[in-house]
Amino acid sequence: MFPAAFDYVAPATLDEALAILKQRGDDAKVMAGGQSLIPLLKLRFSQPALVLDISRLPSLTGVKRHNGHLVIGALTRHVDLERDAELAKTFPILPEAAHWIADPLVRNRGTIAGSVCHADPSGDWGSVLLALNAELVAQSSAGERVIQAADFFTGPFATTLRPDEIVTAIRIPMSSGPSGGSYQKLERKVSDFATVAVAVQVEMDGRKVARAGIGLTAVGLTNIKATAAEKALAGREPTDEVIAEAARQAAAAADPKDDIRGTAAYKKDVVRVFVQRGVKAAIGRAQEGKA
Amino acid sequence: MKVTMRVNGTERAGDVEPRVLLVDFLRTNLLLTGTHVGCDTSGCGACTVLLEGEPVKSCTMLAVQVAGRDLTTVEGLAQGGALSAMQVGFHEEHGLQCGFCTPGMMLVGNALLARNPDPTEEQIRWAISGNLCRCTGYMNIVKAIRHAANLNQEAAKAGSHAAAVPVGGGE
Repeated sequence: MFPAAFDYVAPATLDEALAILKQRGDDAKVMAGGQSLIPLLKLRFSQPALVLDISRLPSLTGVKRHNGHLVIGALTRHVDLERDAELAKTFPILPEAAHWIADPLVRNRGTIAGSVCHADPSGDWGSVLLALNAELVAQSSAGERVIQAADFFTGPFATTLRPDEIVTAIRIPMSSGPSGGSYQKLERKVSDFATVAVAVQVEMDGRKVARAGIGLTAVGLTNIKATAAEKALAGREPTDEVIAEAARQAAAAADPKDDIRGTAAYKKDVVRVFVQRGVKAAIGRAQEGKA
Repeated sequence: MKVTMRVNGTERAGDVEPRVLLVDFLRTNLLLTGTHVGCDTSGCGACTVLLEGEPVKSCTMLAVQVAGRDLTTVEGLAQGGALSAMQVGFHEEHGLQCGFCTPGMMLVGNALLARNPDPTEEQIRWAISGNLCRCTGYMNIVKAIRHAANLNQEAAKAGSHAAAVPVGGGE
């Protein structure tokens, strides 16, 4: 299999890339690691006139801390996040989620922003970003725009990113109190998409949960932010009853379909179980001092 | 498009359409047929090559993406007619049956040992988790990679660097 013909450019600067998108954004696809796009091109589900390879743009890679945010460069690969020993202490949900994406070879090429912009409802990062209340920095030749993760996903493979924009970074607010997170994923085998996965992040205030973030993978038309479940935890002491109620709320927010990976009823119940496990794991990590 | 890359230490050039996949460039243009096409859908790892020392799927990359970069294929493992430690490991431990997955398995094994010279069985299993063996010969593949690690360690102890492979660990 090989793709339909396309023009290809790999600009050396962001300005050059944005100028090209201004001209040809409507019939172009932006490619970072290509691990989602190239399979689509080969199957000819996608036949853009132009592939804009941004992988050679400088300074879009790596993780840094700036103005109260963890800032992840758009081209940071899954493997970079998976092996980041510092993140394992401060944002354990990031390396944990990275580890369960696809397989080791794909993780050597695939990027966090490429995956998020691909907006597959079975993608893992979308749920993680929703749980972390992250925001995406989008650049165009007109300037910079910040999009909340909660406003980003509009449908399967559809986002609010405009054709002339490139996501350059993902920003995650750093919490003041002890925090922890967890990514729970059920997959049939390595490299399969999730049957169901759940991202949980909590910030603690003494014995109480100050804030909770919960994202759901592969149980709807987009990654889902389970806001009712988040509210069921906020300001509460996380007793088994409180956690069970949040888990029920999350299951109610899920809208999965029957498919080869399981029935809708089964998947909803996996959401319930994973939210319970994820919340407990996240609180445990927060209390271990993985702040 | 003109494309130039370093393959197994040698500068190679070609003129390809942007849509040409890396695996097809290697096999058809450069006649390096040790890199196999298996599933052709990013699922099996038979097309594994090392890009700057890291395993990637050459069926899920365009040749033009590799312009100016450093690539290692299975043909780059043996040095001066001598098998590498990884190849010796696969020979000694019967790490192959039909041989179709073997180039990918050996390259993944090499990249693992470059990063972690003393891997546990579990670490080896995770490292090869993106590579399928249709003969289901995983037990011996794991042993073969471990055998190569032992050979490298013995060579290092003996002060000889001849068998201390890490091919394609970047330049």
